[in-house]
Amino acid sequence: MNSRGGDAERWLDTEAGPVVRPYAVTKGRTQPSGGAWFGLIDIVVQTGERTPEDFRPGPEHRRILSLCGHPIPVVDLTSEIDLPLGVVRVLLGDLTGAGMVRVIQAQEETEPDQRLLRMVLDGLESL
Amino acid sequence: MALSPFDSAAAGGGVSSTAKILIAGGFGVGKTTLVGSISEIRPLRTEEPLSDRGVGIDDTRGVNAKSTTTVAMDFGRISFPSNLVLYLFGTPGQERFWFMWDDLAIGAVGAVVMADTRRVGDCFASIDYFERNGTPFIIAVNCFDGAPRFDPHDIRIALTLGPQVPIVMCDARERESVKNVLVSLVRYVMNTRSMQRS
Repeated sequence: MNSRGGDAERWLDTEAGPVVRPYAVTKGRTQPSGGAWFGLIDIVVQTGERTPEDFRPGPEHRRILSLCGHPIPVVDLTSEIDLPLGVVRVLLGDLTGAGMVRVIQAQEETEPDQRLLRMVLDGLESL
Repeated sequence: MALSPFDSAAAGGGVSSTAKILIAGGFGVGKTTLVGSISEIRPLRTEEPLSDRGVGIDDTRGVNAKSTTTVAMDFGRISFPSNLVLYLFGTPGQERFWFMWDDLAIGAVGAVVMADTRRVGDCFASIDYFERNGTPFIIAVNCFDGAPRFDPHDIRIALTLGPQVPIVMCDARERESVKNVLVSLVRYVMNTRSMQRS
């Protein structure tokens, strides 16, 4: 719902956006550290390693950890946690850097191979 | 090996491999409807009311009674018993979101370019992108109520498509129809890839 005052449009409550700007939780970083990359359908999962002494996870890091106890694709994680994809990628970079999360690439090649295509086809045809 | 080196049994029956298909096309062509017809989740998206802030940004001439437009990432999901999860990503329909396309296209099985016979030119931009990017695509003509029907041959000429690109008619609201579109795409991609190899 929009509240209107004269001709000017005002954004109130949730419409005004988050109180903390999204990239504040990454301390302004827009790229994952260490050159890590997380594709939309890459799968991430907790490694079960303890928090290293030199790593201080923030609340968002902990939320991500709690969501990837089971393998979860990055896109699902992002929609669960309701943070922008770019922010989730930076935080995942911190967690993989700390050895607490590992990433399973959806595929090593840029094109899906015949075996994956066959799985997709079989799956669709059995719907 | 393209599949994840990953034991799904150890993961408590979780996701063991993933694939994605892109759903592209002009604004208001039915991308979200198509994804919603077959997805196991309601398509996740951010929408802004068109009647309000969208005015002056989105050109809706010729599109009837569509009150919202997709402005952010829009995806659906289909899980198969093989622990494969297929994602359907609607490409952002407006030019100001094109920066997201590369992210969506990398590693994709292929793309479905939806066409509306009332505004065939709206899918030129998507076709251009996929041709340049080397992403295999098919055309799905969404047969809206009241939209003029064209022969696939005429659509091929209108879109200046090569003879190899499949054109399928669909109703984005019908699950079986959407399934047929996706099957057509995957078959086309498999044939194209095996021909490239031989």
